[in-house]
Amino acid sequence: MRADVAQISYRPKLMLAVAAILVLIALALLPSYIGLYQTQLLTYGLIAAIAALGFNLLLGYTGLLSFGHSAFFGVGAYSVAFLLRYAEIHSMELYIALGVPIAAIASALFGYICVRHTRIFFGILTLALSQVLYSLVLSFFWVTGGTDGLRVARPTLLAGMITFTGAGSFQRFIEAYYYYVLAIFAVSVAIMWVIVHSPFGKTLQAIRDNETRARFLGVRIRRFRWLSFLISGTFTGLAGILWVPLNGLTTPEVMYWTFSGEIVFTALLGGFRNFTGPIVGGVVFTYLKTYAVASTEYWQLLLGIVLVLLVLLLPTGIVGALSAGMKKLQRKESFA
Amino acid sequence: MILLRTIDLRKQFGETRACDGVNFTVNKGEFLSLVGSNGAGKTSLVNLISAQLTPDSGRILLEDKDITNATVYERIQAGIARSFQIVNLFDGLSVFDNVALSIFSRDGKAVKMASLAEHDREVREESFEVLGQFGLQDKSRVLAGGLAQGERKLLDVAVAYALRPKLLFLDEPTSGVSTRDKTQIMDTVSSVVRAGTVTAVVIEHDMDVVFRYSDRIVMMHEGRFLADGTPDEIRANNEVASILLGAPLSA
Repeated sequence: MRADVAQISYRPKLMLAVAAILVLIALALLPSYIGLYQTQLLTYGLIAAIAALGFNLLLGYTGLLSFGHSAFFGVGAYSVAFLLRYAEIHSMELYIALGVPIAAIASALFGYICVRHTRIFFGILTLALSQVLYSLVLSFFWVTGGTDGLRVARPTLLAGMITFTGAGSFQRFIEAYYYYVLAIFAVSVAIMWVIVHSPFGKTLQAIRDNETRARFLGVRIRRFRWLSFLISGTFTGLAGILWVPLNGLTTPEVMYWTFSGEIVFTALLGGFRNFTGPIVGGVVFTYLKTYAVASTEYWQLLLGIVLVLLVLLLPTGIVGALSAGMKKLQRKESFA
Repeated sequence: MILLRTIDLRKQFGETRACDGVNFTVNKGEFLSLVGSNGAGKTSLVNLISAQLTPDSGRILLEDKDITNATVYERIQAGIARSFQIVNLFDGLSVFDNVALSIFSRDGKAVKMASLAEHDREVREESFEVLGQFGLQDKSRVLAGGLAQGERKLLDVAVAYALRPKLLFLDEPTSGVSTRDKTQIMDTVSSVVRAGTVTAVVIEHDMDVVFRYSDRIVMMHEGRFLADGTPDEIRANNEVASILLGAPLSA
């Protein structure tokens, strides 16, 4: 065996790590240059990116299109609201520590049913189950607050070391919460990167590319799809947990199928065949929707047009198109 | 020593008898070719043995253990692997990843998610060893979808071989490739099989390839076995010649 080809090349990873650190530093410095509103918006964007990152494990890496991920986002959001209302918990760390396993259990149960099918049947099952959950939240209004939803006060951060009361608390919360979400975002991205590059992640991609061959390598397809579903839903649930203190309120709308559609839109916008695509898509979609809503009452029409143009002109999403453009440029330079 | 045995194996599709009471044996360590015209039942037989099809009746024994009702997963665990008539690869993954996946799956490591795939030293080294055996070492970083047809055929076999099976079925490993690639593929496959502890059953239409590489040849016709013997015995069999070529085979 030739030793040189069997060696791992650390250079691309090193370059990737440097790029990631630079982006992280830029994100950490941004609040000093942008206003409070933009910081808040960016926080929403990072949360959407975590949700899309989870969603994309299922779509981009496993080849399963879910129309029911709003359910897990909602489970995360309502877990926080219930913990506050019925257990009087105010700690963000406890919300995460208790909310993430709840989202994982919901994902495991949904996944157990849904991964028995693929393609359109899988999509319809996820949609149907998420709507069952949506109906339950509406029906049990004495517990869930019905259409009014449940209010969520600003939690304490870092085991009660940072609290938000008194004058200027909103500003302090937005600033501190941005860094809190940024840290969780960074950890989530790192964890997901390891997952998709692990033997498990490679096996998911193999199932996506060629299910029959994967089965004849001894891969237990359904088990892997279920695990992928579980992880995907849990990440989206974590996004719901982080979203609700920022929003201050959770309503059944976050469990409605149109919200699942927004998560799909996010992945398409950034590009679901790239690791970074959903991250970019999450942030861009947050800004796109916010400004669309602010500029016209027909914002859904505007987003619809963007979606149509996206599918027609940029089928690989923003990151996919940028990546293809860069490769083209490199080829031109190498010929020059 | 008999490795695999089928007893009165039957499979019918409508009126067509794909396998009509097949009693098939494969001996340990041999390079066996399964020949016959299109529709003779060769691929159906392999599909039945590899659990892609369920038999209507009959039994399948691997090392005297009944595996008739075993799942695909259980048969792979028992030591049966196969490649497909049409190349079946993970086109979005690299050549290295295609082979590494077989090894991860075989070793029960495919479920590991807390470490990077390429950092598993044992799997990495074995993957390169397998790729080296098939002459694909230098293509390790190329996407499988970007390989030439002959290389794709080789990788297809390498992926199945990396499972280190006891019994390897290769369904037309040389179909759709040039004569030069055909020789390279069969030279590689036969040398790999003979060097290891693998028993190979190859479905093949090219009789020159069959006579050159096989220890034993089994001929199927209309779901039944027509002939079973060494290359010389099959060459001398006029019934085989008339079905395959419409004329006796030249010596």
